[in-house]
Amino acid sequence: MEVTMTVNGAKVSKDVEPRTLLVHFVRDNLGLTGTNVGCDTSSCGACTVHVNGESVKSCTMLAVQADGQEITTIEGMAQANGEMHPMQKAFQENHGLQCGYCTPGMVMAATSLLKENPHPTEQEVRNGLEGNLCRCTGYHNIVKAVLAAADGMAEV
Amino acid sequence: MFPSSFDYVRASSVSEAISILNNEEDAKLIAGGHSLLPLMKLRLANPSKLVDIGRIGDLSYIADRGDHVAIGALTRHAAIESSDVVKASVPMLAYVASLVGDPSVRHRGTLGGSVSHGDGASDLPAAILALDATLVVTSASGVREVAAKDFFKGFLETDLNQGEVLTEIKVPKATGGWSYQKFNRRAQDWAIVGVAAVRNGSTKISLVNMASMPIRAEAVESALSGGASIEEAAALASEGIEPPSDLNASADYRRHLASVLVRRALVEASSN
Ligand SMILES: Cc1cc2nc3c(=O)[nH]c(=O)nc-3n(C[C@H](O)[C@H](O)[C@H](O)COP(=O)(O)OP(=O)(O)OC[C@H]3O[C@@H](n4cnc5c(N)ncnc54)[C@H](O)[C@@H]3O)c2cc1C
Ligand code: FES
Ligand code: FES
Repeated sequence: MEVTMTVNGAKVSKDVEPRTLLVHFVRDNLGLTGTNVGCDTSSCGACTVHVNGESVKSCTMLAVQADGQEITTIEGMAQANGEMHPMQKAFQENHGLQCGYCTPGMVMAATSLLKENPHPTEQEVRNGLEGNLCRCTGYHNIVKAVLAAADGMAEV
Repeated sequence: MFPSSFDYVRASSVSEAISILNNEEDAKLIAGGHSLLPLMKLRLANPSKLVDIGRIGDLSYIADRGDHVAIGALTRHAAIESSDVVKASVPMLAYVASLVGDPSVRHRGTLGGSVSHGDGASDLPAAILALDATLVVTSASGVREVAAKDFFKGFLETDLNQGEVLTEIKVPKATGGWSYQKFNRRAQDWAIVGVAAVRNGSTKISLVNMASMPIRAEAVESALSGGASIEEAAALASEGIEPPSDLNASADYRRHLASVLVRRALVEASSN
């Protein structure tokens, strides 16, 4: 089945089986391997991408459901000149990652959260990221990074 | 992990969806896919065809209709939790929607999907059961309405037949006391036991994860209307009910939790 969608600003068309999950579509068909698979059961958030600007677990969505939609993956966050997105910078500056496996999903979930709630409290950040698991950091620096990004992004 | 093969078609209207369902016995609707796809990945569901109703825009709405709020079946959890109409007229429903899974789940899952799935462990079906909602079901032969208390039939089984689409959920306004108690031990988890209490004239109470489907705590309700105290009524929380045992909780522990949570719910619902 032919699907066409906009991924990180560029239009792509591919022929896929209806059962292809969006996460496999971006990783295997488009070669965008920044989006990780952690649990494959919609629990961990490693596979989080944006669909029309909202965070979605791409292991629980079919590529055919994304036909005609706008998808953003972690590869689409930095600017064309390589300058990182403020959220990515905030993760780097606040030591919001260790092994980095959860980080693409965290960054995507966190930017979606700030879009809905630009000035969250610490508790709101923790609740907003409850669908994203991190085995390394203990979350503390991730929360710090998101709060810092919220401050910084407000100035932009 | 991916599902076994199936055909896929995107319906552009309810009538188109119905006619496809009527022509193919093993065809299944997909709305947000957040209950169905996990089942299909585990190969516990193997439909021959998915009929995607996720883009039928005119099934996504929240409307104030005087004595009730009408919610289109495709309205997503995120829209319900942030709706001013729902917050003002059915505050419990907005609160319960905000407890479902996590924000990414709530961006995709729909009220109609959750209710049609009818999972006894789900929060929203129990909420609409305590709220005495009415479900509007559309098929080739027209539109019928079913009371929530007649809708849930058994394990993932509802009153819906093949060829029928849940199109609207009518929720009576409930601005009196209410409480929703969701007991779980980890972030984003399902309820080990949950209790919804709504004071709207009489007091209605429903239970989450105490049976194979969402159920009302009838013994508690009739004790209360007979003048029992909160303590006395809460002790009857699992009267006539056989709760499941699983890795999270034994049946006995669930019975204990149900009494504690019903008591907390009744106390809270009498004070707000
Ligand atoms: C990680 C995770 C955590 C979750 N946590 C919770 C939780 O804490 N509490 C909770 O309550 N739920 C939870 N859920 C379930 C979530 O609420 C689902 O979104 C919801 O149950 C199903 O809605 P859907 O639109 O995704 O339905 P789908 O998965 O698309 O459909 C579900 C079923 O309903 C049928 N169906 C869908 N729409 C209609 C319709 N309009 N008419 C007739 N039949 C229809 C489908 O054929 C299918 O059988 C969780 C899900 C996930 C993945
Ligand atoms: S891989 Fe999708 S949520 Fe874990
Ligand atoms: S940094 Fe290793 S899982 Fe989060």
